[in-house]
Amino acid sequence: MSKRKNNRAWFLVLPTLIIVAFSAIIPLMTVVNYSVQDILGPNTRVFVGFEWFREVLRDAELHGAFLRQVLFSLAILLIQIPFGVGVGLLMPRRGWSASLCLVIIALPLLIPWNVVGTIWQIFCRTDIGLGGAFLDGMGVDYNYAIDPVDAWLTVLVMDVWHWTPLVALLCYAGLRAIPDAYYQAAQIDGASPWAVFRHIQLPKLKNVLIIAVLLRFMDSFMVYTEPFVLTGGGPGNSTTFLSQFLARMAVGQFDLGPAAAFSLIYFLFVLLFCYIFYTVVMRPDDAPGS
Amino acid sequence: MADIILADISHSYVAQPDPSEYVLRRVDVHFGDGEAHALLGPSGCGKTTMLNLISGLIHPTSGQIRYGAKDVTRLPTRRRNIAQVFQFPVLYDTMTVFDNLAFPLRNRGRPDSEVKKRVGEIADLLELDSELTRRAANLTPDLKQIISLGRGLVRDDVAAILLDEPLTVIDPQRKWQIRRTLRQVHEQFRHTSIYVTHDQTEALTFADRVWVMNEGKIVQEGSPDELFRRPEHTFVGYFIGTPGMNILPCQLVDGAAMVAGQSIPLSDEVWQQARRDQGSFEIGIRPEFVELVAGGDSTDHGQPGELSVTITAVEDHGRFSIASAELGEHQIKAKLTDRVPPAPGQNARIRFAGGELHLYRDQRIVCADEPSGDHRPAATPAGGN
Amino acid sequence: MSLELNGVSKTVGGQPHLYPIDLHLEVGVLHILVGRTRAGKTSLLRILAGLDSPSTGTITMNGQDLVHIPLRKRSVAMVYQEFVNYPSLTVYENIASPLRRQKAKRSDKGSAASPDIDARVRELAETLHIAHLLDRLPNQISGGQQQRVAIARALAKGADLLLLDEPLVNLDYKLREQMRDELADILTGTTTTVIYATSEPGEALAFGANTIVLDKGRVLQNASALEVYHRPASIAAASVFGDPPMNVFAVEVKDGVARLTGAEFSLRQASDHLAELDDGTYRLGIRASDCTLETTEANHLQLPGTVELCEISGSETYVHMGCSQNHFIVQEDGVFPHQLGQTLTLSIDPSRLLVFAADREGTLIKSYHR
Repeated sequence: MSKRKNNRAWFLVLPTLIIVAFSAIIPLMTVVNYSVQDILGPNTRVFVGFEWFREVLRDAELHGAFLRQVLFSLAILLIQIPFGVGVGLLMPRRGWSASLCLVIIALPLLIPWNVVGTIWQIFCRTDIGLGGAFLDGMGVDYNYAIDPVDAWLTVLVMDVWHWTPLVALLCYAGLRAIPDAYYQAAQIDGASPWAVFRHIQLPKLKNVLIIAVLLRFMDSFMVYTEPFVLTGGGPGNSTTFLSQFLARMAVGQFDLGPAAAFSLIYFLFVLLFCYIFYTVVMRPDDAPGS
Repeated sequence: MADIILADISHSYVAQPDPSEYVLRRVDVHFGDGEAHALLGPSGCGKTTMLNLISGLIHPTSGQIRYGAKDVTRLPTRRRNIAQVFQFPVLYDTMTVFDNLAFPLRNRGRPDSEVKKRVGEIADLLELDSELTRRAANLTPDLKQIISLGRGLVRDDVAAILLDEPLTVIDPQRKWQIRRTLRQVHEQFRHTSIYVTHDQTEALTFADRVWVMNEGKIVQEGSPDELFRRPEHTFVGYFIGTPGMNILPCQLVDGAAMVAGQSIPLSDEVWQQARRDQGSFEIGIRPEFVELVAGGDSTDHGQPGELSVTITAVEDHGRFSIASAELGEHQIKAKLTDRVPPAPGQNARIRFAGGELHLYRDQRIVCADEPSGDHRPAATPAGGN
Repeated sequence: MSLELNGVSKTVGGQPHLYPIDLHLEVGVLHILVGRTRAGKTSLLRILAGLDSPSTGTITMNGQDLVHIPLRKRSVAMVYQEFVNYPSLTVYENIASPLRRQKAKRSDKGSAASPDIDARVRELAETLHIAHLLDRLPNQISGGQQQRVAIARALAKGADLLLLDEPLVNLDYKLREQMRDELADILTGTTTTVIYATSEPGEALAFGANTIVLDKGRVLQNASALEVYHRPASIAAASVFGDPPMNVFAVEVKDGVARLTGAEFSLRQASDHLAELDDGTYRLGIRASDCTLETTEANHLQLPGTVELCEISGSETYVHMGCSQNHFIVQEDGVFPHQLGQTLTLSIDPSRLLVFAADREGTLIKSYHR
């Protein structure tokens, strides 16, 4: 009797399964298919085994892009997480100023990604952009269109501007969920603001921060639109990150086989990182809820 | 350690309050040094506001708060030297039990040797020795509450310990053990303790002095026995005791209170007091002191002071029964220890045990007969068959 | 005509929540389900309501199998611990909602007579003292009033089976007292089968109804409240059905004399019902209300002890006493703040002793005459 009921329950999951199949599983299998074949014509395909994988992994240009990408993601995490926590802590907890603050902080998140790129492209121009002109006026030799370091830093600052609010909002929600009694107890115990942060706020923010790190890592590791609009990956290859490299390979040069192989490596890397991060951080004795 | 004095305190959470927007109305309280106090009242009576005023989380709209001779009205919490146990256990989850207990001392820069000694002493007292190295996060709620208490006790400079319904999350079967620990700790340290609760058992078990609150005011302060035997306000009569006091509106006629056309003689003293002023009068008698007159189902009028009633319902609780009776249009309850309870529908006569009837004018006690020396209600001890 | 549970059990993730339960309950009357927190009360109610299906066993009501009827077609109403109402509907609409649904259903089937919803809503609101709140929304009224609305809605449904899961537990105790009296009138007056779960034996006694004692997923006893009070089936049943729990202590009986640590007494002199006890070890049970302090009744069993705590409930004092290895609770009428650590003599009325087996089951062997 109860078995029949369980079987029926599968029907409820079916719509989701179908959607996931079309949106994720089938495209993914297509990519797997491409990655082991050479497509010579519409109907001529040759099985090449792991040839594409070997080729992609030996590609020096890809090594460069990978290094840039890891550095970029690392920098993003190191800046945005502490910065976001700080902003979250400073936001007022109640009253009209809290609502105002929320709206202002959420603004960058509401702007379409390509528009973000355009805004910064103009903002940083030394001739007509406010930021660029300001730096120029200060005597800083700055031009993101020519100098690779300037370009890389500009992309970094842009991403910090764009995504730190997400971390801040997550932290803000996490902080709001801490009962007042904890702050009262800390006051009574004579705890310094640092002790309050270290022993109450940070432990209670842990789960929120795990989510924030995962989101920011995955997003930054796959960053595409903003640098593409801002610098187009240049000057040289200085702001060409992995996804842009991939797009160039697949769409620009139409190397579908290597691009597919690379996509899979890319995908597995992100998956692996998230898995390792999650298992290391979530030790069994402090699973959420305990 | 110190007396805690709230002088003429009024508080409102609104900036420019109307008279109706005050949650505390001109409260005067003196919590004596080293005594166990309880603030008892229904939800919304203002007791939590009072607690927050004492701990300094909020500051009063008007009035003064003193710890001994020191005015602390505007001092923040951290400078008031109080300890508090909250409704839900508040521990630093990432620390061990030892570090939790040591936290208030370390924050105050005490040397390690002293911290170790103090924590050891408190752990000993609260029987926490075997738990010291465990992480606080995975302990049972009752252990967590004991540790919260310990965090207050490690400091030797606390002026008062505040307890905010600390048994809320404790299993009913374990409650008495925590109550015992709280009581023992109080007797050993003699801190000024203030226990806030809506539960009469919590308040009366812990405290020597109980402050009953209602609608932003203290309605009576007294020992548990005084609250039971001589409620000064009808609210106290209703709120303390299970079931609460019978409170019946009455008229005063010739030295007696008339309820539903039947007269209950008042003592001369009470009558003289009562006749002086106008007001709405009520009599109050606890169900424990309502007695059934033997042979009262006959139709004669009986002795003076006996009232004819009709029994409407009887709950048999095994050792005692609670009879509800109709007295005119009023309901009256009697807690009876007779082995054979009366039957519903039966006519009966009741009388009130000597000295236990109180008269109230506009809800305030007029003046009662002197309580007799014997504390026991007129109940026979459970004897042989 | 009855509600029958045959071998009903529930296992969740390998953890048994309910062991096989056989119950035979009269329909059309009130039953009280008494058990501590996590005894399985909610599990059993959820199975009866159809929210969960039992792992094994069958439930029939008036001969009709209940388990296989889908939830929506069952004639069941339930009141929860939490105050569950439709937040966006007024009190009036909350109470009317089950009636409207029934009416809609009936007119679908072409049935002619539609019940007069308005009259029924007002009648129920009157009974539960919420008539003046009909236009309010649930979040504009107090917790006690919200629970009244939930109860009114459950009653409005006019279901064959009404289940209440500790409906008063989240209320202030004064409100609880008042609503208990009102519910006693309402629930004992209906012709619906009502199952009322509570952790307080006092509620079972107040309702004076049939009582099912549940502990750790097992039914320990199914009898009238007074029967459970005077003749608990086992030590476990006595301890669940006692507030405070019954005092239990071990004795060794030899040649009509009972020995315990620190005392001994002659059974024949103590009480008639103990006279015939065979030699062996037993556990004796005595309720807190049958113990006294510092009294000198001739045939009472006297034990010296120290006061560990005085719990004062307002009109009673529960004195916790340590007597050598045993822990006793004594109930005194009135307020008695004894000093902690004080030595007092505890007297036990032997005519109220219950005799239980010394094994793990602790089955009742002898009870006193009521």
